[in-house]
Amino acid sequence: MRYSGLKILKEAFSGHKGWAPVWRNPEPKSNYDFIIIGGGGHGLATAYYLASTFKKAQIAVLEKGWIGGGNVGRNTTIIRSNYLMHENEGFYEFALQLWEKQERDLNYNTMVSQRGIINLYHTDAQRDAFARRGNSMILNGADAVLLDAEGVKSKYPFLNFDNARFPIRGGLWQPRGGTVRHDAVAWGYARAADLRGVDIIQNCEVTGFDIKNGKCLGVQTTKGSIKAKKVGVSVAGSSSRVMAMAGMRLPIETHVLQAFVSEGLKPVIPGVLTYGAGHFYVSQSDKGGLVFGGDIDGYNSYAQRGNLPVVEDVAEGGVSLMPMIGKARLLRMWGGLIDMSMDGSPIIDKTQIDGLYFNGGWCYGGFKATPAAGYCFAQLLATDRPHETAKHFRFDRFERGRMIDEKGQGAQPNLH
Amino acid sequence: MKINHPLLGPRDASEFVYLGDANLINRPNAKSETAAQEFYDYQYLRTNNPGEHKELWFHEQGDRSWLVVTRNTLTHEIKNVELARNIARARS
Amino acid sequence: MSLVDQSRVLNFTFDGKNYQGFHGDTLASALLRNKVSLVGRSFKYHRPRGIMGAGSEEPNGLVEIHKGKVCEPNRRATTVKLFDGLEAKSQNRFPSLKYDLLSVNDLFSPFFAAGFYYKTFMWPRSFWEKVYEPAIRRAAGLGRLSHAADPDQYDKGFLFCDLLVIGAGPAGLWAALNAGRAGKQVILADEDFHMGGRILSDNPEIAALSGHEWVAQILAELSALANVRLMPRTTIYGVFDHGIYGALETKTDEIGGANTRQVLWKINAERSILAAGATERPIAFANNDRPGVMLASAVRTYANRFGVTCGSNIAVFTNNNSGLETNAAHIIDTRQAHYVSDTMGRHRIKALRLVSGEKIRTDCLAVSGGWNPNLHLTCHKRGRPVWDDALACFKPDPKNLPEGMSVIGAANGSFSTIGAFRDAQNVLMDDQIKCEKPPNVDHIDYEVSAFWHVKSKKRAWVDFQNDVTAKDIELAHQEGFSSVEHVKRYTTLGMATDQGRTSNVVGLAVLAEATGQSIPQTGTTIFRPPYTPIPLGALAGRHKGQDFKPVRQTPSHDFAQEQGATFVESGYWKRAQWIARKGEKGWRDSVDREVLMTRNSVGVCDVSTLGKIDVQGRDAGKFLNKVYVNTFSTLKVGRCRYGLMLREDGMAMDDGTCARFSDTHFVMTTTTANAGRVFRHLEFCRQCLWPEMDVHLISTTEQWAQYAVAGPNSRKLLEKIVDPAFDISNENFPYMGCQELTICGGVRARLFRLSFSGELAYEIAVPTRYGDSLIRTLMKAGEEFEVVLYGLEALGVMRIEKGHPAGNELNGQTTAANLGLSGFVSKKKDCIGKVLSQREGLAAQDGLALVGFIPAHSGGKITNGAHFVEKGAKAIPENDLGYMTSVAWSPMLNSYIGIGFLKDGKNRLGQIIEAKDYVRNNHLEVEVVSPHFFDPEGGRLRG
Repeated sequence: MRYSGLKILKEAFSGHKGWAPVWRNPEPKSNYDFIIIGGGGHGLATAYYLASTFKKAQIAVLEKGWIGGGNVGRNTTIIRSNYLMHENEGFYEFALQLWEKQERDLNYNTMVSQRGIINLYHTDAQRDAFARRGNSMILNGADAVLLDAEGVKSKYPFLNFDNARFPIRGGLWQPRGGTVRHDAVAWGYARAADLRGVDIIQNCEVTGFDIKNGKCLGVQTTKGSIKAKKVGVSVAGSSSRVMAMAGMRLPIETHVLQAFVSEGLKPVIPGVLTYGAGHFYVSQSDKGGLVFGGDIDGYNSYAQRGNLPVVEDVAEGGVSLMPMIGKARLLRMWGGLIDMSMDGSPIIDKTQIDGLYFNGGWCYGGFKATPAAGYCFAQLLATDRPHETAKHFRFDRFERGRMIDEKGQGAQPNLH
Repeated sequence: MKINHPLLGPRDASEFVYLGDANLINRPNAKSETAAQEFYDYQYLRTNNPGEHKELWFHEQGDRSWLVVTRNTLTHEIKNVELARNIARARS
Repeated sequence: MSLVDQSRVLNFTFDGKNYQGFHGDTLASALLRNKVSLVGRSFKYHRPRGIMGAGSEEPNGLVEIHKGKVCEPNRRATTVKLFDGLEAKSQNRFPSLKYDLLSVNDLFSPFFAAGFYYKTFMWPRSFWEKVYEPAIRRAAGLGRLSHAADPDQYDKGFLFCDLLVIGAGPAGLWAALNAGRAGKQVILADEDFHMGGRILSDNPEIAALSGHEWVAQILAELSALANVRLMPRTTIYGVFDHGIYGALETKTDEIGGANTRQVLWKINAERSILAAGATERPIAFANNDRPGVMLASAVRTYANRFGVTCGSNIAVFTNNNSGLETNAAHIIDTRQAHYVSDTMGRHRIKALRLVSGEKIRTDCLAVSGGWNPNLHLTCHKRGRPVWDDALACFKPDPKNLPEGMSVIGAANGSFSTIGAFRDAQNVLMDDQIKCEKPPNVDHIDYEVSAFWHVKSKKRAWVDFQNDVTAKDIELAHQEGFSSVEHVKRYTTLGMATDQGRTSNVVGLAVLAEATGQSIPQTGTTIFRPPYTPIPLGALAGRHKGQDFKPVRQTPSHDFAQEQGATFVESGYWKRAQWIARKGEKGWRDSVDREVLMTRNSVGVCDVSTLGKIDVQGRDAGKFLNKVYVNTFSTLKVGRCRYGLMLREDGMAMDDGTCARFSDTHFVMTTTTANAGRVFRHLEFCRQCLWPEMDVHLISTTEQWAQYAVAGPNSRKLLEKIVDPAFDISNENFPYMGCQELTICGGVRARLFRLSFSGELAYEIAVPTRYGDSLIRTLMKAGEEFEVVLYGLEALGVMRIEKGHPAGNELNGQTTAANLGLSGFVSKKKDCIGKVLSQREGLAAQDGLALVGFIPAHSGGKITNGAHFVEKGAKAIPENDLGYMTSVAWSPMLNSYIGIGFLKDGKNRLGQIIEAKDYVRNNHLEVEVVSPHFFDPEGGRLRG
């Protein structure tokens, strides 16, 4: 079924009786060519690109709970490609280009909204670091503009320019950055994958791998054993737990990242803002809620909830940057489990077990990566060759000393 | 969270700085023939289980003790708090 | 007998019109008292809406209060305590509440079915940001922010108690009273400004007193107990780990009332009792959202507590016996198979129709669909409630509560007053607290027969604020969104500012109907903090504006300020950046002068911000060998050495000098930025890696004021203040020497012969309390040499002229080899980072090397952050040769100079390459040179 304005018009007059389920709810078959573990944004996108771009069939996505219930449904919805290291920037720029055509690809309005992102700077050193980064972005074909304080003021006159502990000196602006309706990304990929024959199996938890002689032959699940030629794992915060079932230890820690939304407000902020002197970034959803976040809580956690110090830290940053939001009220807060890698950059790679592939270590960059992560993981699964933009995201980079450390913090995940 | 410091009693977790997996106190021997592999394991591969987790916290806003905290990463319940130096001493 | 004081009249306005209410009113009760039934417009369809509830569950009655800077949007009229002069306004309507243009949306509602926007607005691509989205954004949202800084003040505090009682209804009052009598430290918190809960609303007879009298008597006794803290207007908004509860206390909503409007408390409680009561839920039926359709319990609250009748011809629609307690002319009871099928009336209900077809005239329909325990806080640690079929509601799971918490009263499903008392008694007895026998009260058991939804072709509202109807939920199910989380996200059910307080369970029931499953099979949604929305201003408290973060001032701060210094942020430090003199036209004039005066004679700069770590013990030297790449155990007493420290992953972490004052005593300096991190790291090494070593560390950064005294006349200047007993001549105190001495007639000091500027230079340290005095003394003593105070900028220029790496180069992404410091790495010993620094990627020969750059053509301006490419090469990542890290105008060389990392840099000296700075549109040909621009032989610093 194709979605369109006309179709809505037609359904409006016939009581909306004609809308079919967005995806089927099939029972698993006993055998697939490809099994993707994890029905989040990345898993669903992987299945979609396997079926569409790479023309593969016999694909299943196995989801422990309901699809889109993980980080794709609990993030701050920001998309951007404003990275420093070429190993990352090329990949995220590829992601941004896929976002730009996603709605037509999927025939689903995921509300990709390129209203721009500005990372503010407050010192000369920050400005120069942003210049280096902006130049990296441009070398990689992305867009970047270095604004001075007046440039920021013309876009965001209500920021605290006059009475700030750390005055705003300017910002690095990526006009093509923006936000996407996060849940819709999961649903859009699910629908498009389902239409291409992918079995999306919810409430199906993987409880073990069927590994013989160094080869992965399938998985055990709460819905029985399923055989597969290739198994891809894409489970974000559960990466260590799932890969442990295959006997692997990962260069990953699971942390909690909190996110927040305010009550609905008439338009306040046009784009996305990131404070350079505190932990705070914000955008406004189309419904009117300010969607914001800050630093991770900083300790290993699988609890999907955080604690007060970070909440206060984020609010302090927010009110310091935008003093008017003192009167906005925090409506809801939640926590996502994020797979913090040892250098802050992801892994899309084969494992030493034949037929078992891994996509993870996304830290808090997972959402904006979704289309490219899906595409690159699909390519790896389909062809056994990494995508050009993801060829550095290897397991062995730590052993070889080829870390991709954007922030220069070393092997301490809570600082990335 | 609150951490029950073995010397100072319960303290708000915001007084502490977190490092991670308590295995970081077991630094490999640089003279070992397999030092490169051991240091890679030591530095990069982390125990990251749901459930009980031994981890290092530094009492930065306090007495500057490094502590080994046994905490459940599913519930955040803290079972045990020890001085890291006591564990390190017992090891050697 | 109501609880408002009719002798105290309060004037207020709503949408500009004047009204009067009484002391004790809420804004909602005062509006109803004045027969104002239309108070708002719904989110999506802009339907007319009136007050529905009487507490924090209110979905409809959202208003803006105050105007101008202090304007506060989205306030629930039901929780605003009325005060004289209150100005309130309706929101989300244009041009007026009564005639709202966007109410046209209601006519087009068939097109706006759940999730319609995911299926359209995709063509053409550019229209989303330009056309569709702006229109949606303008229409969406509720209240408006003032767009001015919030001028209000908020405070924070900590409280500790044995027992926190949450909710002051019958259960909470009885628990708090008995625990208080037993001597426990008790905090009793309630979100309402009047404690008493449902007793205020229903006014039952208790112990032969009216409910209102009984509450007054209990509150009087509680107030008299010194160990009990009563906190009305205080919402416990969240439960956090290890017995920490978040609380928000509202002091006042008035402008210019108390200094502090709200206080955010962190309550540390050994035990807590949740007695938060219950919330009545509506029933879904056609057009159940008209003004005048209210919760039955709210109608009773307005009658009994406020003395306001909500209608002259009230009808009740109920599925339980609590609804029957409402004073009404018509009873429609689902248990007798009577159902409301529709309502009429544009801006207020005028009549209703029964399923039987009968039409009843009414001006107020009181609805009771049963009660939901307010169990939200039991879910904040991911506890899941359990379904109770007899009570037709979710109850807290006693096996899955936050640590230390018990739940009593209606929050636990004990919906009768006597049940509330008994729960309190049981919990206290379990805690071995003596509890008096509960007072006598008429006992009525709650009887409910689950009923949720009168099916209709018309729209029946489930979530009133977000305009989610039963049909939307059914459509979501039809489209495969059958998990309750999917339904919420697809329809926005329960996502409005009331967080589904009145809608979640009804929505779940409608979904269960659609799926043909039971409610518990269909699922539940758990609640997250906060219980009610919390102002960001309160969460930030006083840490905003200039007080966002602390300010660290250097010992010479006052002096520098007197000299007209411009300060710059360096972490939390404020450091003098340059010190302008009269006639100087720009900062460059000042910086050039400071450099020239220093290099020509002598300059002084405050370097106290450098981290200083005192390292003592028999194994101090051995310890330093482990943490620095180079050897310190061989350093002679009275000497300093440059040291480089790696992280365990082999990357450069920090550098600095380390001075040896005795066999067992070293003084280490770190960079300003890394002072904390290095100290933490050293403590880790000491306590966790080598606990057997006899070594002790203490940070003395703030204990010593330290000044660099640099320039050819620096020794002459210092000789004027160093006490004569000490010899600082070149022979006896050469480059890299250190000694403890006295200055100015006996003041203890440390002198280091170190140079960051490349000049003959020293660093002199005194206890911080002498810092101000020392800078003044130095500047006075230096007058004959025309001594200059120089700032961070001149310091930077001089270090770039010398090619010394600093923060920009020690960025955590560089190795000793990159920095040109691999010669320092001792081959003889292990140290932190050594093994991993030998990995292929770090040791790569084509690695980046720190080199210098000058413009290839005169007049060129080097800019920082530029990337290098071969001349004429295409600007693609593969051709990227490195990047510029530090630049300066060198007054000594009369040119811009820069240092940066260049691939294979050491073999490129003399080459011309391009520095591409796209974001500044400055592309420049530069010549690769040695980074040691000035006095490369170092003759000056040894002089």
